[in-house]
Amino acid sequence: MLGNFITLPHLLIFFPLIAGVIAFFIKSDSGVRGWSVLASLLTLAVSLSTLIYKDNLELNGLAYNYEWLKYMGASFSVSLDGLGRVLTFLTAFSFPVILIATYRNVYPRSNVFYGLMLLSQAGLMGVFLATDALLFYFFWELALIPVYFLCSRWGGERRIAATFKFFIYTFTASLLMLVGIIYVYLHTAGTPFSDHSFSIQAFHTASLTPTQQSWLFWLFFVAFAVKMPVFPFHTWQPDTYEQSPTAVTMVLSGIMVKMGVFGLIRWVLPIFPAAVLQFENVVIGLSVVGMIYASLIAIRQDDLKRLVAYSSIAHIGLISAAVFTRQQVALEGVMIQMFSHGVNIIGLWIVIDVIEKKLGVRKISQLNGIAHRAPVLTIILVIIALANIALPLTNAFVGEFMMFTGLFKFNGWYAAFAGLSIILAAVYTLGMIQKIFYGETNELTAEMSDISFNQKLVLGLLVLAIFFAGIYPQPFFEITKDSVAAIVTRFK
Amino acid sequence: MFGGVFIKNKAMCKYLAILGLLIVILVNCMELYSGESLFAIDTNNMLSFNSFNLVFITVAMVCTLIFFLLSGSDIEKVGANVSEYFALIFFVLCGVCLAATFNTLLILFIGIEIISIPLYILTGSDKRNLKSNEAALKYFLMGAFSTGIMLMGIAFLYGGNPEGSFYISSLNAGQGKMPVMIAIGLVFMLIAMSFKVSAVPFHFWTPDVYDGAPAVFTSFMATIVKIGGFIAFIRLFENSFGSVQPQWQLLIAIITAATLFIGNLTAVFQQSVKRMLAYSSIAQAGFMLLSIFALNEAAKEGLILYAAAYSLATIGLFAILIKMEDYTIEGFNGLGKKQPVLAVTATVFLLSLTGIPLTAGFQSKFYMLMAAVRDGHHQWLVIFAVLCAAISAYYYFKIIQAMFFKEVSLNTTSNNLLLASAETTSTFRGLLIFIAILIIVLGLFPWLLTDWLHYQ
Repeated sequence: MLGNFITLPHLLIFFPLIAGVIAFFIKSDSGVRGWSVLASLLTLAVSLSTLIYKDNLELNGLAYNYEWLKYMGASFSVSLDGLGRVLTFLTAFSFPVILIATYRNVYPRSNVFYGLMLLSQAGLMGVFLATDALLFYFFWELALIPVYFLCSRWGGERRIAATFKFFIYTFTASLLMLVGIIYVYLHTAGTPFSDHSFSIQAFHTASLTPTQQSWLFWLFFVAFAVKMPVFPFHTWQPDTYEQSPTAVTMVLSGIMVKMGVFGLIRWVLPIFPAAVLQFENVVIGLSVVGMIYASLIAIRQDDLKRLVAYSSIAHIGLISAAVFTRQQVALEGVMIQMFSHGVNIIGLWIVIDVIEKKLGVRKISQLNGIAHRAPVLTIILVIIALANIALPLTNAFVGEFMMFTGLFKFNGWYAAFAGLSIILAAVYTLGMIQKIFYGETNELTAEMSDISFNQKLVLGLLVLAIFFAGIYPQPFFEITKDSVAAIVTRFK
Repeated sequence: MFGGVFIKNKAMCKYLAILGLLIVILVNCMELYSGESLFAIDTNNMLSFNSFNLVFITVAMVCTLIFFLLSGSDIEKVGANVSEYFALIFFVLCGVCLAATFNTLLILFIGIEIISIPLYILTGSDKRNLKSNEAALKYFLMGAFSTGIMLMGIAFLYGGNPEGSFYISSLNAGQGKMPVMIAIGLVFMLIAMSFKVSAVPFHFWTPDVYDGAPAVFTSFMATIVKIGGFIAFIRLFENSFGSVQPQWQLLIAIITAATLFIGNLTAVFQQSVKRMLAYSSIAQAGFMLLSIFALNEAAKEGLILYAAAYSLATIGLFAILIKMEDYTIEGFNGLGKKQPVLAVTATVFLLSLTGIPLTAGFQSKFYMLMAAVRDGHHQWLVIFAVLCAAISAYYYFKIIQAMFFKEVSLNTTSNNLLLASAETTSTFRGLLIFIAILIIVLGLFPWLLTDWLHYQ
């Protein structure tokens, strides 16, 4: 479509990359902000255009392959299938939202901040687009590095220790995955130039015995589980979310978390089917335990950021359980839920950021009666919160309903226990709203004012997305149907 | 190719050394490119020049060139006998070339000795400094000991092999069980080579010597000399003992694991960056040992890549370290603000040493792991190696944290930084940027280097 050399995946990766590098050299503070918002909007435009095409990837310029390390069988191979399309769209959609919502935040050395933000976007895009295992690993790590610097430089008081924990956790797990990748690679068929190949097609047909699969499965799974995070690999997450600057927390929770889920769907399910069948009960069990555990902790949290962090662990638990049911309906639910979770949690962070910037605290016990001062904010938050507990008409309802259907088909007991977490979610989310927004205003909250135009715009957009996906989710299914079916059939 | 360049004129010696090195590199590249030897010297088949050796020599020489360019002025500061220092470094380089091309055990021995003896002198070159003297003596005694072991090993190998010759290929006979003499010789050679590349448990000299020697020479020792030792190691074991690999593989595996473990774990607790780099060089040696463990095509490509990636990053780091007055990690506090170029390039070097994608360090670690996985035996070692790589992230990132996220403490350190800022010239910074770019380019396109191996 755009010629043989520049394809849409290229644009999605290199546009933020180049924009990020340019951003480093923009000295003026407002200039770099404007530039990065503009760049992210342009990326969004590119991403929107990718949603139009459905089939015939090569012909439409949605896939590209360049022999990168010829004698190794590694290539720069990217393609936009259904899974990739949803997640690149989430990435492209989230970044302008995040950047506009935090537009008023002032950062020292803002050129570096925005440059790193855009670089992390490029890394994320690469993760969702890569169809070559080595390339995937490349981007997987590359997305991590800018985030490490962002958190350590602009985060809260205990940022260095918290970020370091996060970094060591994910880096160790990723290295284990690298060993796994190499092992699978050595069991693949070759290309004309090399004995083996890193391409995903070769990985699908790799000849692995069930025993090999079962330990390779864990090498990959741990890397993805740390990123998501699944219980018991979640201990880095609340600290990191709490200590990161809010814009980065949004990236972490809205998008980076999905790298793990996406990794499971794209790399673990199709490549190790035998191991998945073997361990599915373990993983679903862990996920369900994690859901209930995280929900219970969330109820007891006083810090808003930590509350949302634990609520996110609970939601991701359901997603990872649904992934391992291997049902068409559950996986389609996962795809839409990944998008919805991203939208909802970014919305929640924006609201928390507004409160923290205006009042300087985010302790639930110190906040009261904000609704009197900020009615628009309240309405929006209530909508987002209702989406967070998956009420009908909101986006999360569609996804969670489908995932529960899949889980129920798989095993009723899991669904029953997982259902508990929905009730718990209602407890902590509604409890938070009650305490913060209703009741009498106290001295602190009396100074609260309503949100600015930028924030109204962004939050309005998110609310729109919530209702759109809640009422008319069909377009999502159209996009993901075929890719999901391809994965499900590998188990038949 | 055998550059023992003597320079008399003190002021000119640095430039002359650089020029001489450039010519040698050029000749080397031409030979590599044309695929035929330019000088027909009859060495009685005692030296062999194939693409692997030549690429390696080129890497070593380019690294030395960069070392000269970056730290040449610092060499001049060490003492009065500048031209001698350059001459000694060229001797070492000559030894590295011999170690890379030897075909008989005798040449190997001569090569290793030509590397070692000038190093004893260089270590002690800071004559007024007690620490430097102590390091030199320690190094000399330990080195002499390992030389003895190596000679004994050579004697056993000579006596044990049926053809009764020093040629390494004649040792490589038969698949069966090794004769006792050969086995003893092999273990002795293993010990001697492990000493040279500072593998655990023969590493005890490394931290003291690296710490005691003037930092410029530490930089040289930790990089070019170390990779020179490795090339000799892999060539000896591939050509002499390749066919009996299963019999000694476990031994190497244990040494590798111990090296990785001790090196990484001890580095975590170091306060001085110079000492930390000494331990980190032991840890990196552990990764390079994986190539000797695996001994396959990927291992050889990987070793070349590793040599280049590791040397470039370490030389760069040392060049920055020399500019600092305070060698502790706290001394790096706030460097990101005062000297952004130094800090950013140091970050690239550290990321490369950690093995983060986009840097040459990642590609080289990746090749090593691949070589080890491909080998198929002792897979626990691979998992162990990546866990150790994760530990290494801990101490490398401590420096990054100090540079960017910590403020300068208000004592002498701030003065040191001011001092440092006065000393760095724009050429120096430009060179650091060049190295950083080189590392990233190699990280993206490792075939720029490894493809040279396929020319012949």
